[in-house]
Amino acid sequence: MTAAAGRAVLSIRNLRKEYRAGQPVLKDISLEIDGSGLTAIIGPSGTGKSTLIRCINRLVDPTAGEILFEGGDLARLSGGALRQARRRIGMVFQEYNLVERLSVIENVLSGRLGYLAPWRAFLRRFPDEDVARAFDLIEAVGLEESFATRRADALSGGQRQRVGIARALMQAPALILADEPTSSLDPKTSVEIMELLSEMSARRSIPTLVNIHNVGLARRYAGRIIGMTGGAVVYDGPPAGLSDADLKTIYGGEDFL
Amino acid sequence: MTAAPASVRRWTRFTPAERVARSMLYVVAAAAVVWSLKAVEIIPEFLYDAPEQTADLFKRMWPFDWGFYPKGVHDVLIETFHIATLGTILAILLAVPLSFLAARNFTRNPLLNFVAQFVFVSSRSVNSLIWALLFVAIFGPGALAGVLSIAFRSIGFVGKLFGEALEEAQRGPIEALTAVGAPRITILGKGYWPQVEPAFWSVALLRWDINIRESAVLGLVGAGGIGVALDAALNNLYWDQVGLILAVIFAVVIATEIVTSAIRSRIL
Repeated sequence: MTAAAGRAVLSIRNLRKEYRAGQPVLKDISLEIDGSGLTAIIGPSGTGKSTLIRCINRLVDPTAGEILFEGGDLARLSGGALRQARRRIGMVFQEYNLVERLSVIENVLSGRLGYLAPWRAFLRRFPDEDVARAFDLIEAVGLEESFATRRADALSGGQRQRVGIARALMQAPALILADEPTSSLDPKTSVEIMELLSEMSARRSIPTLVNIHNVGLARRYAGRIIGMTGGAVVYDGPPAGLSDADLKTIYGGEDFL
Repeated sequence: MTAAPASVRRWTRFTPAERVARSMLYVVAAAAVVWSLKAVEIIPEFLYDAPEQTADLFKRMWPFDWGFYPKGVHDVLIETFHIATLGTILAILLAVPLSFLAARNFTRNPLLNFVAQFVFVSSRSVNSLIWALLFVAIFGPGALAGVLSIAFRSIGFVGKLFGEALEEAQRGPIEALTAVGAPRITILGKGYWPQVEPAFWSVALLRWDINIRESAVLGLVGAGGIGVALDAALNNLYWDQVGLILAVIFAVVIATEIVTSAIRSRIL
Protein backbone atom coordinates (compact mmCIF):
# COMPACT_ATOMS: atom_id res chain seq x y z
CA MET A 1 0.00 0.00 0.00
CA THR A 2 2.59 2.53 1.07
CA ALA A 3 4.58 1.64 -2.03
CA ALA A 4 1.89 3.30 -4.14
CA ALA A 5 2.00 6.41 -1.98
CA GLY A 6 4.56 7.96 -4.31
CA ARG A 7 2.15 8.37 -7.18
CA ALA A 8 -1.03 8.76 -5.16
CA VAL A 9 -2.66 12.15 -5.70
CA LEU A 10 -4.35 11.91 -2.34
CA SER A 11 -3.43 9.80 0.66
CA ILE A 12 -5.81 9.68 3.57
CA ARG A 13 -4.33 8.16 6.70
CA ASN A 14 -6.28 7.23 9.82
CA LEU A 15 -8.83 9.96 9.22
CA ARG A 16 -11.17 10.37 12.15
CA LYS A 17 -14.06 12.77 12.57
CA GLU A 18 -16.17 13.20 15.67
CA TYR A 19 -18.96 15.79 15.59
CA ARG A 20 -19.57 14.83 19.22
CA ALA A 21 -16.67 13.62 21.31
CA GLY A 22 -16.53 9.85 21.54
CA GLN A 23 -18.97 9.29 18.65
CA PRO A 24 -16.82 8.98 15.53
CA VAL A 25 -18.58 9.43 12.18
CA LEU A 26 -15.39 8.41 10.38
CA LYS A 27 -13.45 5.65 12.09
CA ASP A 28 -9.78 5.92 11.17
CA ILE A 29 -10.19 5.74 7.42
CA SER A 30 -7.15 5.18 5.19
CA LEU A 31 -7.39 5.55 1.42
CA GLU A 32 -5.13 6.21 -1.54
CA ILE A 33 -6.52 7.94 -4.59
CA ASP A 34 -4.14 7.64 -7.50
CA GLY A 35 -3.71 8.49 -11.15
CA SER A 36 -6.93 9.39 -12.86
CA GLY A 37 -10.38 7.98 -13.31
CA LEU A 38 -13.53 8.01 -11.30
CA THR A 39 -13.82 6.53 -7.84
CA ALA A 40 -17.30 6.08 -6.41
CA ILE A 41 -18.06 6.00 -2.71
CA ILE A 42 -21.25 4.13 -1.91
CA GLY A 43 -22.96 3.45 1.37
CA PRO A 44 -26.16 4.09 3.30
CA SER A 45 -27.23 7.61 4.33
CA GLY A 46 -25.52 8.91 7.44
CA THR A 47 -22.51 6.69 7.09
CA GLY A 48 -20.04 9.54 6.68
CA LYS A 49 -19.57 9.67 2.89
CA SER A 50 -20.26 13.39 2.77
CA THR A 51 -18.16 14.02 5.84
CA LEU A 52 -15.25 12.15 4.25
CA ILE A 53 -15.41 14.22 1.07
CA ARG A 54 -15.82 17.46 3.00
CA CYS A 55 -12.87 16.67 5.23
CA ILE A 56 -10.65 16.51 2.16
CA ASN A 57 -11.15 20.18 1.24
CA ARG A 58 -11.79 21.11 4.85
CA LEU A 59 -15.37 22.28 4.57
CA VAL A 60 -15.44 19.99 7.60
CA ASP A 61 -12.49 19.91 9.99
CA PRO A 62 -11.28 16.38 10.77
CA THR A 63 -10.63 15.39 14.37
CA ALA A 64 -7.50 13.34 13.68
CA GLY A 65 -5.51 11.82 10.83
CA GLU A 66 -3.62 12.99 7.78
CA ILE A 67 -4.78 14.02 4.32
CA LEU A 68 -1.68 14.22 2.14
CA PHE A 69 -2.12 16.19 -1.07
CA GLU A 70 0.56 17.84 -3.22
CA GLY A 71 3.20 17.65 -0.55
CA GLY A 72 1.17 19.02 2.33
CA ASP A 73 -1.16 17.72 5.00
CA LEU A 74 -4.60 19.24 4.30
CA ALA A 75 -5.72 18.32 7.79
CA ARG A 76 -3.19 20.70 9.27
CA LEU A 77 -3.33 23.65 6.86
CA SER A 78 -5.00 26.92 7.71
CA GLY A 79 -5.41 30.47 6.40
CA GLY A 80 -3.65 31.26 3.12
CA ALA A 81 -2.03 27.83 2.77
CA LEU A 82 -5.42 26.14 3.06
CA ARG A 83 -6.91 28.48 0.43
CA GLN A 84 -4.04 27.71 -1.95
CA ALA A 85 -4.62 23.98 -1.50
CA ARG A 86 -8.37 24.41 -2.05
CA ARG A 87 -7.72 26.11 -5.40
CA ARG A 88 -6.32 22.77 -6.58
CA ILE A 89 -9.42 20.79 -5.56
CA GLY A 90 -12.66 21.24 -7.51
CA MET A 91 -15.98 20.48 -5.90
CA VAL A 92 -19.39 19.59 -7.33
CA PHE A 93 -22.39 19.76 -5.00
CA GLN A 94 -25.74 17.99 -4.74
CA GLU A 95 -27.63 21.29 -4.78
CA TYR A 96 -25.25 22.76 -7.42
CA ASN A 97 -24.54 25.74 -5.09
CA LEU A 98 -24.43 28.30 -7.87
CA VAL A 99 -24.84 31.98 -7.09
CA GLU A 100 -28.38 32.18 -8.44
CA ARG A 101 -28.51 35.85 -9.32
CA LEU A 102 -25.29 35.80 -11.33
CA SER A 103 -24.96 34.75 -14.95
CA VAL A 104 -23.72 31.33 -16.02
CA ILE A 105 -20.36 32.65 -17.19
CA GLU A 106 -19.78 34.47 -13.93
CA ASN A 107 -20.54 31.30 -12.01
CA VAL A 108 -18.03 29.43 -14.16
CA LEU A 109 -15.46 32.21 -13.70
CA SER A 110 -16.01 31.88 -9.92
CA GLY A 111 -13.72 28.88 -10.22
CA ARG A 112 -10.86 31.38 -10.52
CA LEU A 113 -11.74 33.46 -7.47
CA GLY A 114 -8.94 31.82 -5.53
CA TYR A 115 -6.44 33.30 -7.99
CA LEU A 116 -8.02 36.69 -8.59
CA ALA A 117 -7.35 39.83 -6.55
CA PRO A 118 -10.56 40.76 -4.68
CA TRP A 119 -10.85 44.18 -6.36
CA ARG A 120 -10.72 42.51 -9.77
CA ALA A 121 -13.46 40.12 -8.68
CA PHE A 122 -15.65 43.03 -7.49
CA LEU A 123 -15.18 44.96 -10.74
CA ARG A 124 -15.62 41.78 -12.81
CA ARG A 125 -12.20 42.34 -14.37
CA PHE A 126 -11.44 38.74 -15.24
CA PRO A 127 -8.30 38.08 -17.33
CA ASP A 128 -9.08 37.52 -21.03
CA GLU A 129 -7.65 34.01 -21.02
CA ASP A 130 -9.93 33.06 -18.11
CA VAL A 131 -12.98 34.37 -19.96
CA ALA A 132 -11.97 32.46 -23.10
CA ARG A 133 -11.49 29.29 -21.08
CA ALA A 134 -14.86 29.78 -19.36
CA PHE A 135 -16.58 29.94 -22.75
CA ASP A 136 -14.74 26.78 -23.83
CA LEU A 137 -15.82 24.98 -20.67
CA ILE A 138 -19.46 26.01 -21.05
CA GLU A 139 -19.38 24.29 -24.42
CA ALA A 140 -17.34 21.37 -23.12
CA VAL A 141 -19.97 20.54 -20.48
CA GLY A 142 -22.65 20.52 -23.16
CA LEU A 143 -24.26 23.95 -22.92
CA GLU A 144 -24.68 26.30 -25.83
CA GLU A 145 -22.75 29.54 -25.84
CA SER A 146 -26.00 31.49 -25.53
CA PHE A 147 -26.34 30.12 -21.98
CA ALA A 148 -23.33 32.16 -20.87
CA THR A 149 -25.32 35.33 -20.23
CA ARG A 150 -28.41 33.64 -18.77
CA ARG A 151 -28.91 33.90 -15.04
CA ALA A 152 -28.20 30.69 -13.13
CA ASP A 153 -31.70 30.62 -11.63
CA ALA A 154 -33.20 30.40 -15.13
CA LEU A 155 -31.62 26.97 -15.70
CA SER A 156 -32.93 23.46 -15.10
CA GLY A 157 -31.33 21.15 -12.53
CA GLY A 158 -29.26 19.27 -15.09
CA GLN A 159 -28.07 22.48 -16.72
CA ARG A 160 -27.13 23.93 -13.33
CA GLN A 161 -25.10 20.86 -12.50
CA ARG A 162 -23.26 21.25 -15.82
CA VAL A 163 -22.40 24.80 -14.76
CA GLY A 164 -21.27 23.42 -11.39
CA ILE A 165 -18.95 20.99 -13.17
CA ALA A 166 -17.63 23.76 -15.43
CA ARG A 167 -16.88 25.87 -12.35
CA ALA A 168 -14.91 22.98 -10.83
CA LEU A 169 -12.99 22.43 -14.09
CA MET A 170 -12.29 26.17 -14.30
CA GLN A 171 -10.04 25.74 -11.28
CA ALA A 172 -7.82 23.44 -13.39
CA PRO A 173 -7.82 21.18 -10.35
CA ALA A 174 -5.63 18.20 -9.52
CA LEU A 175 -8.62 16.48 -7.94
CA ILE A 176 -12.40 16.77 -8.17
CA LEU A 177 -14.76 15.96 -5.32
CA ALA A 178 -18.42 15.40 -6.15
CA ASP A 179 -20.84 15.20 -3.23
CA GLU A 180 -23.91 13.33 -4.48
CA PRO A 181 -23.92 15.19 -7.80
CA THR A 182 -26.95 13.30 -9.12
CA SER A 183 -29.19 13.05 -6.06
CA SER A 184 -31.35 16.03 -7.04
CA LEU A 185 -31.70 14.95 -10.67
CA ASP A 186 -34.02 12.67 -12.62
CA PRO A 187 -32.67 9.25 -13.76
CA LYS A 188 -31.93 10.32 -17.35
CA THR A 189 -30.16 13.53 -16.31
CA SER A 190 -28.26 11.60 -13.63
CA VAL A 191 -26.80 9.34 -16.30
CA GLU A 192 -25.82 12.36 -18.40
CA ILE A 193 -24.10 14.03 -15.47
CA MET A 194 -22.18 10.87 -14.52
CA GLU A 195 -21.23 10.43 -18.17
CA LEU A 196 -19.90 14.00 -18.20
CA LEU A 197 -17.98 13.59 -14.93
CA SER A 198 -16.30 10.36 -16.06
CA GLU A 199 -15.53 11.77 -19.50
CA MET A 200 -13.96 14.93 -18.06
CA SER A 201 -12.06 12.90 -15.51
CA ALA A 202 -10.62 10.63 -18.19
CA ARG A 203 -9.96 13.23 -20.87
CA ARG A 204 -8.34 15.75 -18.55
CA SER A 205 -6.72 13.13 -16.28
CA ILE A 206 -8.29 14.52 -13.16
CA PRO A 207 -8.97 11.90 -10.53
CA THR A 208 -12.57 12.30 -9.37
CA LEU A 209 -14.08 11.15 -6.11
CA VAL A 210 -17.87 10.80 -6.26
CA ASN A 211 -20.35 10.13 -3.46
CA ILE A 212 -23.30 8.39 -4.97
CA HIS A 213 -26.43 6.59 -3.82
CA ASN A 214 -27.14 4.87 -7.10
CA VAL A 215 -25.17 1.60 -7.13
CA GLY A 216 -26.04 1.00 -10.79
CA LEU A 217 -24.48 4.30 -11.85
CA ALA A 218 -21.48 3.68 -9.63
CA ARG A 219 -20.83 0.30 -11.26
CA ARG A 220 -21.30 1.73 -14.72
CA TYR A 221 -19.02 4.75 -14.49
CA ALA A 222 -16.51 4.14 -11.72
CA GLY A 223 -13.22 2.34 -12.18
CA ARG A 224 -13.09 1.73 -8.46
CA ILE A 225 -15.75 1.44 -5.82
CA ILE A 226 -15.35 2.19 -2.15
CA GLY A 227 -18.14 0.80 0.02
CA MET A 228 -18.64 2.44 3.39
CA THR A 229 -20.79 1.50 6.30
CA GLY A 230 -20.85 2.84 9.84
CA GLY A 231 -17.93 5.19 9.19
CA ALA A 232 -15.54 2.53 7.91
CA VAL A 233 -14.52 1.21 4.49
CA VAL A 234 -15.84 -2.33 3.98
CA TYR A 235 -15.23 -2.72 0.24
CA ASP A 236 -12.51 -1.27 -1.93
CA GLY A 237 -12.04 -2.65 -5.40
CA PRO A 238 -13.22 -2.77 -9.01
CA PRO A 239 -16.96 -2.67 -9.81
CA ALA A 240 -16.79 -6.21 -11.18
CA GLY A 241 -15.74 -7.53 -7.81
CA LEU A 242 -18.69 -5.97 -5.99
CA SER A 243 -20.90 -8.93 -5.09
CA ASP A 244 -24.36 -9.11 -3.59
CA ALA A 245 -22.72 -10.25 -0.36
CA ASP A 246 -20.64 -7.04 -0.38
CA LEU A 247 -23.75 -4.91 -0.96
CA LYS A 248 -25.42 -6.73 1.90
CA THR A 249 -22.50 -5.82 4.15
CA ILE A 250 -22.57 -2.20 2.96
CA TYR A 251 -26.28 -1.49 3.16
CA GLY A 252 -27.48 -4.18 5.58
CA GLY A 253 -30.36 -6.49 4.73
CA GLU A 254 -31.05 -7.76 1.23
CA ASP A 255 -34.58 -6.65 0.35
CA PHE A 256 -33.22 -4.02 -2.02
CA LEU A 257 -31.24 -6.48 -4.12
CA MET B 1 -74.90 0.34 12.41
CA THR B 2 -72.59 -1.24 14.93
CA ALA B 3 -72.71 -0.65 18.63
CA ALA B 4 -71.19 2.54 20.01
CA PRO B 5 -67.47 2.17 20.77
CA ALA B 6 -66.63 1.38 24.35
CA SER B 7 -64.76 4.63 24.92
CA VAL B 8 -65.10 7.86 22.99
CA ARG B 9 -61.75 9.36 22.15
CA ARG B 10 -61.77 13.09 22.62
CA TRP B 11 -59.47 15.77 21.35
CA THR B 12 -59.25 19.30 22.67
CA ARG B 13 -56.93 22.00 21.44
CA PHE B 14 -55.93 23.22 24.91
CA THR B 15 -55.33 21.47 28.21
CA PRO B 16 -57.54 22.66 31.13
CA ALA B 17 -54.60 24.59 32.58
CA GLU B 18 -54.07 26.35 29.23
CA ARG B 19 -57.78 27.23 29.08
CA VAL B 20 -57.70 28.80 32.55
CA ALA B 21 -54.58 30.76 31.63
CA ARG B 22 -56.20 32.03 28.43
CA SER B 23 -59.38 33.20 30.20
CA MET B 24 -57.24 35.01 32.78
CA LEU B 25 -55.42 36.75 29.94
CA TYR B 26 -58.73 38.05 28.54
CA VAL B 27 -59.73 39.41 31.97
CA VAL B 28 -56.36 41.11 32.39
CA ALA B 29 -56.62 42.66 28.91
CA ALA B 30 -60.12 44.02 29.63
CA ALA B 31 -58.98 45.44 32.97
CA ALA B 32 -56.01 47.13 31.29
CA VAL B 33 -58.31 48.86 28.76
CA VAL B 34 -60.64 50.15 31.49
CA TRP B 35 -57.74 51.32 33.61
CA SER B 36 -56.07 53.22 30.77
CA LEU B 37 -59.36 54.87 29.76
CA LYS B 38 -59.70 56.16 33.32
CA ALA B 39 -56.05 57.23 33.46
CA VAL B 40 -56.09 59.45 30.34
CA GLU B 41 -58.90 61.58 31.84
CA ILE B 42 -60.80 62.45 28.72
CA ILE B 43 -62.71 65.68 29.25
CA PRO B 44 -66.14 65.11 27.67
CA GLU B 45 -66.70 68.80 26.85
CA PHE B 46 -63.55 68.91 24.71
CA LEU B 47 -64.58 65.71 22.97
CA TYR B 48 -68.08 67.03 22.12
CA ASP B 49 -66.92 70.16 20.31
CA ALA B 50 -63.99 68.43 18.54
CA PRO B 51 -65.81 68.25 15.18
CA GLU B 52 -66.59 71.97 15.44
CA GLN B 53 -62.99 72.83 16.28
CA THR B 54 -61.73 70.70 13.38
CA ALA B 55 -64.08 72.40 10.94
CA ASP B 56 -62.99 75.78 12.27
CA LEU B 57 -59.31 74.87 11.81
CA PHE B 58 -59.84 73.82 8.21
CA LYS B 59 -61.81 77.03 7.52
CA ARG B 60 -58.89 79.10 8.74
CA MET B 61 -56.45 77.08 6.61
CA TRP B 62 -58.39 77.39 3.38
CA PRO B 63 -57.68 79.04 1.01
CA PHE B 64 -53.95 78.34 1.30
CA ASP B 65 -51.52 81.22 1.14
CA TRP B 66 -50.06 80.09 -2.23
CA GLY B 67 -47.89 83.19 -2.44
CA PHE B 68 -45.97 81.93 0.58
CA TYR B 69 -44.58 78.92 -1.35
CA PRO B 70 -41.79 80.67 -3.32
CA LYS B 71 -40.98 82.95 -0.38
CA GLY B 72 -40.90 80.62 2.57
CA VAL B 73 -41.48 76.96 1.58
CA HIS B 74 -39.53 76.04 -1.54
CA ASP B 75 -36.02 76.42 -0.13
CA VAL B 76 -36.75 74.59 3.10
CA LEU B 77 -38.48 71.82 1.15
CA ILE B 78 -35.30 71.27 -0.87
CA GLU B 79 -33.34 71.38 2.37
CA THR B 80 -35.61 68.64 3.73
CA PHE B 81 -34.71 66.44 0.74
CA HIS B 82 -31.03 67.11 1.32
CA ILE B 83 -31.28 66.24 5.01
CA ALA B 84 -33.13 62.99 4.27
CA THR B 85 -30.80 61.94 1.46
CA LEU B 86 -27.51 62.80 3.13
CA GLY B 87 -28.73 61.28 6.39
CA THR B 88 -29.67 58.04 4.63
CA ILE B 89 -26.34 57.79 2.80
CA LEU B 90 -24.40 58.44 6.00
CA ALA B 91 -26.49 55.85 7.83
CA ILE B 92 -25.84 53.23 5.12
CA LEU B 93 -22.09 53.88 5.20
CA LEU B 94 -22.05 53.37 8.96
CA ALA B 95 -24.59 50.54 9.11
CA VAL B 96 -23.41 48.17 6.37
CA PRO B 97 -20.03 47.27 7.92
CA LEU B 98 -21.80 46.80 11.24
CA SER B 99 -24.36 44.48 9.60
CA PHE B 100 -21.57 42.16 8.55
CA LEU B 101 -20.37 42.11 12.14
CA ALA B 102 -23.92 41.48 13.35
CA ALA B 103 -24.65 38.61 10.93
CA ARG B 104 -23.89 35.44 12.85
CA ASN B 105 -23.19 33.40 9.73
CA PHE B 106 -20.52 35.83 8.51
CA THR B 107 -18.94 36.83 11.82
CA ARG B 108 -18.63 33.86 14.14
CA ASN B 109 -17.76 35.89 17.20
CA PRO B 110 -20.58 36.35 19.72
CA LEU B 111 -18.93 39.43 21.23
CA LEU B 112 -18.71 41.26 17.89
CA ASN B 113 -22.29 40.17 17.07
CA PHE B 114 -23.40 41.60 20.39
CA VAL B 115 -21.54 44.90 19.97
CA ALA B 116 -23.11 45.46 16.53
CA GLN B 117 -26.59 44.51 17.78
CA PHE B 118 -26.12 46.84 20.73
CA VAL B 119 -25.32 49.76 18.43
CA PHE B 120 -28.44 48.99 16.37
CA VAL B 121 -30.70 48.79 19.40
CA SER B 122 -29.36 52.03 20.88
CA SER B 123 -29.81 53.78 17.55
CA ARG B 124 -33.38 52.57 17.13
CA SER B 125 -34.51 53.10 20.68
CA VAL B 126 -34.04 56.86 20.36
CA ASN B 127 -36.56 58.75 18.21
CA SER B 128 -35.08 61.04 15.56
CA LEU B 129 -36.63 64.06 17.29
CA ILE B 130 -34.70 63.17 20.45
CA TRP B 131 -31.51 62.67 18.42
CA ALA B 132 -32.24 66.09 16.88
CA LEU B 133 -32.57 67.75 20.30
CA LEU B 134 -29.20 66.26 21.18
CA PHE B 135 -27.45 67.36 17.99
CA VAL B 136 -29.02 70.84 18.04
CA ALA B 137 -27.54 71.21 21.51
CA ILE B 138 -24.11 70.12 20.23
CA PHE B 139 -23.90 71.70 16.75
CA GLY B 140 -26.51 74.43 17.10
CA PRO B 141 -29.70 74.66 15.05
CA GLY B 142 -29.60 73.92 11.34
CA ALA B 143 -29.42 71.21 8.70
CA LEU B 144 -26.24 69.56 10.05
CA ALA B 145 -28.04 68.56 13.24
CA GLY B 146 -30.88 67.26 11.05
CA VAL B 147 -28.60 65.14 8.87
CA LEU B 148 -26.89 63.61 11.88
CA SER B 149 -30.12 62.84 13.72
CA ILE B 150 -31.59 61.18 10.62
CA ALA B 151 -28.39 59.19 10.18
CA PHE B 152 -28.17 58.06 13.79
CA ARG B 153 -31.79 56.98 13.89
CA SER B 154 -31.42 55.08 10.60
CA ILE B 155 -28.28 53.11 11.47
CA GLY B 156 -30.28 50.70 13.60
CA PHE B 157 -33.04 50.29 11.04
CA VAL B 158 -30.74 49.71 8.05
CA GLY B 159 -28.28 47.63 10.05
CA LYS B 160 -30.88 45.35 11.59
CA LEU B 161 -32.77 44.66 8.36
CA PHE B 162 -29.65 44.29 6.19
CA GLY B 163 -28.01 42.10 8.84
CA GLU B 164 -31.06 39.84 8.86
CA ALA B 165 -30.95 39.62 5.05
CA LEU B 166 -27.29 38.55 5.33
CA GLU B 167 -28.21 35.86 7.83
CA GLU B 168 -30.80 34.52 5.40
CA ALA B 169 -28.25 34.20 2.58
CA GLN B 170 -28.03 30.64 1.28
CA ARG B 171 -25.17 28.61 2.70
CA GLY B 172 -24.55 26.62 -0.51
CA PRO B 173 -22.95 29.26 -2.76
CA ILE B 174 -20.82 30.47 0.17
CA GLU B 175 -19.61 26.91 0.66
CA ALA B 176 -18.85 26.61 -3.04
CA LEU B 177 -16.71 29.76 -3.05
CA THR B 178 -14.94 28.59 0.10
CA ALA B 179 -14.15 25.31 -1.67
CA VAL B 180 -12.75 27.25 -4.63
CA GLY B 181 -10.20 28.83 -2.29
CA ALA B 182 -11.52 32.39 -2.52
CA PRO B 183 -10.40 34.79 0.22
CA ARG B 184 -13.04 35.96 2.68
CA ILE B 185 -13.36 39.43 1.22
CA THR B 186 -14.07 37.91 -2.21
CA ILE B 187 -16.64 35.54 -0.71
CA LEU B 188 -18.30 38.63 0.76
CA GLY B 189 -18.38 40.38 -2.60
CA LYS B 190 -19.19 37.43 -4.84
CA GLY B 191 -21.11 35.08 -2.56
CA TYR B 192 -23.04 37.24 -0.09
CA TRP B 193 -23.49 40.49 -1.99
CA PRO B 194 -25.26 39.08 -5.09
CA GLN B 195 -27.68 37.30 -2.75
CA VAL B 196 -28.50 40.31 -0.56
CA GLU B 197 -28.35 43.05 -3.21
CA PRO B 198 -32.14 43.28 -3.73
CA ALA B 199 -32.67 43.40 0.05
CA PHE B 200 -30.05 46.14 0.32
CA TRP B 201 -31.69 48.44 -2.21
CA SER B 202 -35.10 47.67 -0.79
CA VAL B 203 -34.02 48.63 2.74
CA ALA B 204 -32.14 51.72 1.55
CA LEU B 205 -35.12 53.02 -0.44
CA LEU B 206 -37.58 52.27 2.33
CA ARG B 207 -35.42 54.15 4.83
CA TRP B 208 -35.01 57.11 2.45
CA ASP B 209 -38.78 57.20 2.09
CA ILE B 210 -39.25 57.18 5.89
CA ASN B 211 -36.50 59.78 6.34
CA ILE B 212 -38.23 62.26 4.03
CA ARG B 213 -41.22 62.10 6.35
CA GLU B 214 -39.10 62.30 9.48
CA SER B 215 -36.95 65.18 8.29
CA ALA B 216 -40.15 67.16 7.66
CA VAL B 217 -40.76 67.41 11.40
CA LEU B 218 -37.15 67.85 12.56
CA GLY B 219 -37.55 71.61 12.12
CA LEU B 220 -39.91 71.66 15.07
CA VAL B 221 -36.85 71.32 17.30
CA GLY B 222 -34.68 73.53 15.08
CA ALA B 223 -32.85 70.90 13.06
CA GLY B 224 -33.59 72.44 9.67
CA GLY B 225 -35.96 71.60 6.87
CA ILE B 226 -39.59 72.39 6.17
CA GLY B 227 -40.46 71.85 9.85
CA VAL B 228 -38.83 75.18 10.66
CA ALA B 229 -41.33 76.96 8.41
CA LEU B 230 -44.18 74.91 9.89
CA ASP B 231 -43.10 75.78 13.42
CA ALA B 232 -42.94 79.50 12.59
CA ALA B 233 -46.37 79.47 10.91
CA LEU B 234 -47.91 77.62 13.86
CA ASN B 235 -46.42 80.05 16.36
CA ASN B 236 -47.70 83.03 14.38
CA LEU B 237 -51.13 81.40 13.96
CA TYR B 238 -50.86 81.87 10.16
CA TRP B 239 -53.21 79.00 9.50
CA ASP B 240 -53.30 79.53 5.75
CA GLN B 241 -49.52 79.00 5.70
CA VAL B 242 -49.81 75.98 8.00
CA GLY B 243 -52.35 74.50 5.59
CA LEU B 244 -50.07 75.07 2.61
CA ILE B 245 -47.05 73.48 4.33
CA LEU B 246 -49.07 70.44 5.43
CA ALA B 247 -50.37 70.02 1.88
CA VAL B 248 -46.84 70.28 0.49
CA ILE B 249 -45.55 67.66 2.95
CA PHE B 250 -48.47 65.41 2.04
CA ALA B 251 -47.76 65.79 -1.69
CA VAL B 252 -44.05 65.11 -1.23
CA VAL B 253 -44.68 61.98 0.85
CA ILE B 254 -47.08 60.63 -1.79
CA ALA B 255 -44.59 61.44 -4.55
CA THR B 256 -41.66 59.69 -2.84
CA GLU B 257 -43.88 56.71 -2.10
CA ILE B 258 -44.71 56.42 -5.80
CA VAL B 259 -41.10 56.85 -6.86
CA THR B 260 -39.65 54.35 -4.38
CA SER B 261 -42.23 51.67 -5.06
CA ALA B 262 -41.67 52.06 -8.80
CA ILE B 263 -37.91 51.64 -8.35
CA ARG B 264 -38.37 48.72 -5.96
CA SER B 265 -40.62 46.81 -8.32
CA ARG B 266 -37.90 47.10 -10.94
CA ILE B 267 -34.90 45.96 -8.93
CA LEU B 268 -36.52 43.02 -7.16
